Amino acid sequence: MEYFVQQLINGLTLGSIYGLIAIGYTMVYGIIGMINFAHGDIFMIGAFVALIALIAIGLTAGAGLVIVILALLLALLIAMALTAIYGWTVERFAYRPLRTSFRLAPLITAIGMSIVLQNFVQVTQGARVKPLQPIVTGGYEIMRTTTEHGEFIVLVSNIQILIILTTVLLMAVFALIIARTPLGRAQRACEQDRTMAALLGINVDRTISLTFVIGAALASVAGLMYLLYYGVIDFFIGFVAGIKAFTAAVLGGIGSLPGAMLGGLIIGLIETFWSAYFTIEYKDVAAFSILVVVLIFMPSGLLGRPEVEKV
Amino acid sequence: MSARAQAATAARSEPAALAADPILTVEHLTMRFGGLLAIDDLSFSAERGQITAVIGPNGAGKTTVFNCLTGFYKPTEGMITMRHADGASFLLERMDDFRIARSARVARTFQNIRLFPGMTVLENLLVAQHNTLMRASGYTLAGIFGLAVYRKAERKAVERARYWLDKTGLLERADDPASDLPYGAQRRLEIIRAMCSQPLLLCLDEPAAGLNPAESDELNRLLRDIRDHHDTSLLLIEHDMSVVMGISDFIVVLDYGEKISSGSPHFVRNDPKVIAAYLGIDDEDAGTGGAP
Repeated sequence: MEYFVQQLINGLTLGSIYGLIAIGYTMVYGIIGMINFAHGDIFMIGAFVALIALIAIGLTAGAGLVIVILALLLALLIAMALTAIYGWTVERFAYRPLRTSFRLAPLITAIGMSIVLQNFVQVTQGARVKPLQPIVTGGYEIMRTTTEHGEFIVLVSNIQILIILTTVLLMAVFALIIARTPLGRAQRACEQDRTMAALLGINVDRTISLTFVIGAALASVAGLMYLLYYGVIDFFIGFVAGIKAFTAAVLGGIGSLPGAMLGGLIIGLIETFWSAYFTIEYKDVAAFSILVVVLIFMPSGLLGRPEVEKV
Repeated sequence: MSARAQAATAARSEPAALAADPILTVEHLTMRFGGLLAIDDLSFSAERGQITAVIGPNGAGKTTVFNCLTGFYKPTEGMITMRHADGASFLLERMDDFRIARSARVARTFQNIRLFPGMTVLENLLVAQHNTLMRASGYTLAGIFGLAVYRKAERKAVERARYWLDKTGLLERADDPASDLPYGAQRRLEIIRAMCSQPLLLCLDEPAAGLNPAESDELNRLLRDIRDHHDTSLLLIEHDMSVVMGISDFIVVLDYGEKISSGSPHFVRNDPKVIAAYLGIDDEDAGTGGAP
């Protein structure tokens, strides 16, 4: 039981990170029907920007709580702003010129952009793994039990609390934007009928740009969380995390925002539980197998709407 | 000059009906799709504060004219000028589609209704007021935090939506998904959505298509009300002459992409060329001559 609770906490943490990245995939797919394969690398850029920001701020492990919070907040804002610029740039120069082209063209460009971003970071930051000393330390013991192997303690670390809380908060803000603000309404309008939206005076290009900007900002938050949680990053983390988040978006129903979050959590939980109870080598196989099974029985994903033929 | 062009210039129009204060002027509009000449050297204007109708048989090029007006197509040749009452003028053929709506303030509806089906009726009307709301929301930030500035703007937008919903009897359906409305109500919703963007010129593409006589009457009342009380001029396409005669102040008749007649409903109804185009009588029999 205690072991299960511990894995649940770990799984939720991982799932939160996946969910934040998956939002970017699902939003872009929703509005322009394209899979942005460079999104995982935008997440990686976010992690690097956050790392550089934290090093520049010069935070040391012994700093007080208030300083740590302020420093993290500052690093978060810097990472969100700079990564958003990356997201905007990629859309503006790599995707927009091809938007009216045939369907495969932006897909190929997205793969190209993914390689460009990876190599850019590899060249400028080096290929070696970049460590960050633990900044957020400590945690709470929530359960304790004695087994024949010794004592087992269920621990929620502060970083896990931070990740889950930040994710919940961001999701709430994000849901508010989509449901209640003019920008959200414009995004939904563009998703349903781009031409009609333009005829009502909505700047469709700008709305699409902002979608990329929001997606990139959320991915950069995931990047910072990943950095704090694992303590090491390299130029290649975007690939695996990106594929997982994409899987999460498809599992939840691509185009559906709650679906992306749910998919993220499910993938995170499956991975964690599989590693905990079976073999860690096959955790990805487990995650992707679940995807296959779900898609066979629910082709539009868990929360996705069935594809409606447009007139 | 080609025979076709001659025919176009030879089109009869009622001298008294020439527009004095046109809100929209179309000059020498030509639209070619490859070898197909969809609109051939079309010129007409729509008077401010009036209902102008563009009629003609199927395939006469009516919708193509609308598509040129609203930035869907870039015309092969010609000039489309929108003049505001304050003197500002806009060359529509050079503008991006969203600027035509935002700056030139031209709105349109479609022959096959194009609502946002996944949004509620009210949201459809709020999307039409996007630019005002976006500015008031400080490009979203004030909207997230629900600042007073934004809440006030949103209240005003909802108030405007309520006004139109009330007028068209849709108030009770405000929170239903737009796709749940019956056909006639969807048509009305599309029109009031266009009105919520506060256009100076409203272009309606076959607004009466598929409506029953009662709904048609209601539509006519709505359109007259828009003309008389809302500082919006109307340009409408109708396939059906009988519908259009009741409400139009000025009618332009197209056939095969050319203007064959224009004038008051009374004048147009009695023009032999119009009768010929609609009933398929030979031009010779109609006694106009000159047509190819």
